[in-house]
Amino acid sequence: MVQKELRLSGSGGQGLILAGIILAEAALLDEKNVVQSQSYGPEARGGASKAEVIISEKEINYPKVRNCDVLLALTQVACDKYIDSLKEGGSLILDSSVKNKPDRKDIDIYNVPILETAEKKLHKPMVANMIALGSLNGLIRIVSDNSLEKAVLNRVPKGTETINKTALKEGLNLIRKYKGEYYERQYRSNEINATELCQAK
Amino acid sequence: MKNKTVKLMQGNEACVEGALAAGMRFYAGYPITPSTEIAEISAAKLPRIGGKFIQMEDEIASMGAVIGASLTGLKSMTATSGPGFSLKQENIGYAAMAEIPCVIADVQRGGPSTGLPTSPAQGDVMQAKWGTHGDHPMIALSPSSVKETYEVTIKAFNLAEKYRTPVIILMDEVIAHMREKIEIPDKDELEIINRTKPENNFENYNPYEVKEGELVPPMASFGEGYKFHITGLVHDKTGFPTNKSDVAEDLINRLVKKVEKNTEDIVEYEEYFLEDADIAILAYGGTARAVKSAIDMAREENMKVGMFRPITIWPSPEEQIRKLAEKVRKIIVIEMNLGQYYLEVDRIANKLTEVHKYGRVNGELITPDEIISYIKEV
Repeated sequence: MVQKELRLSGSGGQGLILAGIILAEAALLDEKNVVQSQSYGPEARGGASKAEVIISEKEINYPKVRNCDVLLALTQVACDKYIDSLKEGGSLILDSSVKNKPDRKDIDIYNVPILETAEKKLHKPMVANMIALGSLNGLIRIVSDNSLEKAVLNRVPKGTETINKTALKEGLNLIRKYKGEYYERQYRSNEINATELCQAK
Repeated sequence: MKNKTVKLMQGNEACVEGALAAGMRFYAGYPITPSTEIAEISAAKLPRIGGKFIQMEDEIASMGAVIGASLTGLKSMTATSGPGFSLKQENIGYAAMAEIPCVIADVQRGGPSTGLPTSPAQGDVMQAKWGTHGDHPMIALSPSSVKETYEVTIKAFNLAEKYRTPVIILMDEVIAHMREKIEIPDKDELEIINRTKPENNFENYNPYEVKEGELVPPMASFGEGYKFHITGLVHDKTGFPTNKSDVAEDLINRLVKKVEKNTEDIVEYEEYFLEDADIAILAYGGTARAVKSAIDMAREENMKVGMFRPITIWPSPEEQIRKLAEKVRKIIVIEMNLGQYYLEVDRIANKLTEVHKYGRVNGELITPDEIISYIKEV
């Protein structure tokens, strides 16, 4: 990993900016360089909203995400709006509620029931952002699990620690099934190589 | 080794943290996008440390309140964006004339008028210098990272106190709203400058009397026992208005010289890959981040490009820009406006080299790719 550019998109109010901030803070805990920014404007209130995170081992100059390595899209509108910004060979984490899948053969698409799990399984729609974070990091292993959990606990309101931790784990489990045994083995051995993992579908 | 606090922070937040570290104890403002967080965070933090936050009825009054508070001895600040910056100009001139230290953060957005409220721009560069009428000193600093916003804000307060003059922090939406790593230094590692006070001579105090060989008069605070008068009119050493032409000439010259004679102390800049460059890009603030990325890309293609980044926009780094003009084949000024600082650079370069401009006013940060294309074009 030299530099990864991530875009978290959905609709205003889904907590994706907070998710972006948490991911960025986790990267800081891992002593990486990071820049986080967000859509700022009328669209931040409803409509398509996005948070961007660049994590790098080098100094980050240009602070905006151009073509991202990973796109998370929780809604159809967000998926349609940002799909073109995903790099060739990039990964799309798409909420299963999105009906019209993008017509791109050059990317990996992961259908994950993020919103459904938040609502039906955890009965807390507001933790969808944490499930998304769990899935995202489960897929690309960009920050350490410890740092991610620490960053989550630093940010969430008192009394909600358990539900947020559970949501993170749920997110991780949702993505695990895509990775099969290879992923499990690598994950347990604690020597995780993100590139290898991404190739081992 | 002292433990430094490492945090993820927004530019606007770093501005407030820097202001508090510099000793800000008063903030008056009329919140406006994209500077609003500066007001919000000041409102949350100042009362906890015995400071005061006040939201005024408009920008004109905010600037007035900042001036009043500074006269009582408090380090004072306001923040705004283009439309509010226009309104503050009259009182900024008053602060320059009456020599009242204060800091104005202008987080630039697309203009003119209410323009593009949520989009970045750098269109207030000339307004920062000439927005208020008459000849006056001006100091404006433009940070290019969250960390630098913190440092530049402390410097802004220090220069305001040292030279008794308004200082502008010329930010842009890019830096104001991005979050990145900042290491907050220990308080005792910071250099904090406070205004020079008069030596307890209540009877013979002349608020604008300058010691031989100096340019900045010591400043008493209202309420300490000194009697003095403050005005925006031309005044003599007593602070009372006068029409005398020699007094006017001396006063305005002294005001301007406070900055002109101290450019070495005020001017700060960064050089990036300039040693062997034959093309120099001059950029500042958020745009400089795109330029740095572009230079890294250009260097991979063996293009000899470097960057000169003024952190102090006003007074401009004349000496450094002139030397640069003597050295390089071309200077390209890249900014989020249609060529404002270009005018200054072109004037300084004085035909010693070709000066080109590249600007954008569409509310989007210029990208490294388009910078590369432009370099190839010229």
